[in-house]
Amino acid sequence: MDKRIPSLAEAVADIPDGATVMIGGFGGSGAPIELIHALIDRCLATGSPRDLTVINNNSGNGHVGIAALIEQGMVRKMVCSFPRSADPRVFTEKYLAGEIGLELVPQGTLAERIRAGGAGIPAFYTLTAYGTDLAQGKPVAEFEGRQYVQERWLKADVALIKAELGDHHGNLTYRMAARNFSPLMAMAAARTIVQVTQVVAPGGIDPEHVVTPGIFVDGVVEVANPAQEEALNRANAVYPEVEA
Amino acid sequence: MTTRLSNAQIAWRAAQDIADGAYVNLGIGFPEMVARFQPPGRQAVFHTENGVLGFGEAPPAGQEDWDLINAGKKAITLNPGAAFFHHADSFAMVRGGHLDVAILGAYQVAQNGDLANWSTGPRGVPAVGGAMDLVHGAKRVAVLTDHVTKDGKPKLVESCTLPLTGVRCVTRVYTSLAVVDIENDHFVLREKLPAISLDELQAATGARLHVDGEIADLIVPEL
Repeated sequence: MDKRIPSLAEAVADIPDGATVMIGGFGGSGAPIELIHALIDRCLATGSPRDLTVINNNSGNGHVGIAALIEQGMVRKMVCSFPRSADPRVFTEKYLAGEIGLELVPQGTLAERIRAGGAGIPAFYTLTAYGTDLAQGKPVAEFEGRQYVQERWLKADVALIKAELGDHHGNLTYRMAARNFSPLMAMAAARTIVQVTQVVAPGGIDPEHVVTPGIFVDGVVEVANPAQEEALNRANAVYPEVEA
Repeated sequence: MTTRLSNAQIAWRAAQDIADGAYVNLGIGFPEMVARFQPPGRQAVFHTENGVLGFGEAPPAGQEDWDLINAGKKAITLNPGAAFFHHADSFAMVRGGHLDVAILGAYQVAQNGDLANWSTGPRGVPAVGGAMDLVHGAKRVAVLTDHVTKDGKPKLVESCTLPLTGVRCVTRVYTSLAVVDIENDHFVLREKLPAISLDELQAATGARLHVDGEIADLIVPEL
């Protein structure tokens, strides 16, 4: 078994127009910048993919990563809990102009909906959002004397995530707090593409240390020195780079 | 004479109620100050929604690792015994009732424990983050707030007029003037600044303050 993909361009080559794409990361921690930028490169070269629905906790920061994807007009709708950041202008301007959709989901509900999607559970009940605007139109049921809101699973065509080590089977480890949504998204997408800092042979990761088992992973591409979104933003980076 | 507590002093007062070894989530912003005022000999374990338990202070400038951040996207450090976990586990800690205390900010708190702290209305881009999860996540949900808004309107009210974050979720409110519990759909006054009379406090409060036993003096050090 060998899930290695030789290049970023090949890793994102099959994502179609209109796809629902889960993108890992919480702010810059765990954001798969190189995979996102490869998707932008493909769109600039071929005009596709567009009309994407993107699922992430946030809606981009500055002019790199998800913000750059939105700035290129590739995103039809965001599904997120907190569409604000240090520099949220790209999303904010398109949202206020009616050029991008937003499904606002409480953060824990977002995580659990993705987990449910990955675990084959079509719906679940939670106290979160009961009695608030974000529960409007959702079924409510009583359990042990309290009211709970029904929430549905969330699935995707593709997940793009970032991990630390990945072996040929797709077993993954993560770096510090960068795992956040990625182990859940890996389960919930029909096809999960991972950029890893280092590819190792099977056996190169102690089975005790595997966070995401390879069964949830379809492709692994090595990006040896990945960019960190926060560091890019602190350097006022823009993608694609503007010709001087 | 002190006529109202500073944010640091409100945070100090809230910190006195956190037991040694408690698992605590502090909301982004003002509630984060609570961590600075743990009484000597006590050490709470702080949880942050993005997947860290047992984080410590911010690192010195220039030593940040941006893969190691809190829910406010600020760089953090780890205390011995810290743990990382994914987002569904993190919110299982919250929604499963495993946290001892969550301390949050507020726009309005109602006498039945309803909280409004995520939206001031339909303008702009709506954003909720983990607020609606946290209000149902802990054994105690405490709020830190000025007693009144910047233009003098009560923040402790009969019923919230702003969009709700959660229903019947707040158990205690620490304000710039008082400590108030929420019991059986009532505000119950526990402590107030000695410099303010009960009548003055009631006038600054949008719902009836009930008294159940002695009202202690709210005494806080200069900070």
